[in-house]
Amino acid sequence: MNNEENADHLKALLKQAISPVKDAELHRDLWPQMLGKLDEQAVPVKHVPWLDWTLAAILSAVLFLFPGAIPVLLYQL
Amino acid sequence: MELLERFAAGDLEAFEALFRDHQKEVYFWIVRIVRDHGIAEDLTVETFWRIYKSSARFKPDGNFRAWSRRIATNAAFDHLRSGHLETELPEDLPSQEVSDSAVCRETRARIRDAFAQLPAKYRLVATLALIEEEPYNSIAEALGISVALVKIRVFRAVRMLRRKLSSLAPEVATK
Repeated sequence: MNNEENADHLKALLKQAISPVKDAELHRDLWPQMLGKLDEQAVPVKHVPWLDWTLAAILSAVLFLFPGAIPVLLYQL
Repeated sequence: MELLERFAAGDLEAFEALFRDHQKEVYFWIVRIVRDHGIAEDLTVETFWRIYKSSARFKPDGNFRAWSRRIATNAAFDHLRSGHLETELPEDLPSQEVSDSAVCRETRARIRDAFAQLPAKYRLVATLALIEEEPYNSIAEALGISVALVKIRVFRAVRMLRRKLSSLAPEVATK
């Protein structure tokens, strides 16, 4: 018996020992389970407070109007 | 805005629509790998959880079906790798009838044992290729590897299985 025949024979034995899955229907909707997992492991939404946005806007405006302040700011950092 | 675009933007309703459209297909793919209803259900949810977490990386012009299948395969592979062995079909899973005269019960048990001892990456490929008779290119796409590598893994799985069977029962491997 050559290698290919051996492989085919083994495959036939394997299929008799472990049958292929045919028509395994999903009997229920998994969405409720999915929602449970989403609630359980909710990804925290990164919320930036409005005050931070305001400060960032003011700083950007100052740096835009007074570019000379950039080295001073960098020095302070 | 298209469904996939909304999903990629993180829209939960779009995700729900995709979940409902694809859950059966994902489940059927996974159950063929892990061969257990309950575990396949859990892994289907785990797959969609991974899909949801990665939604921002999904390109709306991409193939959602192929992408979800690859994630499902990874989830099933992680399960196999974690050491769980479900190669025996539970009684309630529809399967082909096999007569005891074809291969005796003991021999089948030995083959199942030998198969269960294969490393996860070979067991996964062998399950899909040899038992489920899934085309090599479909397996390659699901695993994100080349068809040539799938063939190599199948070849190695057969070789390992033959060796294991030889040590367990020489008459099975050489019959």
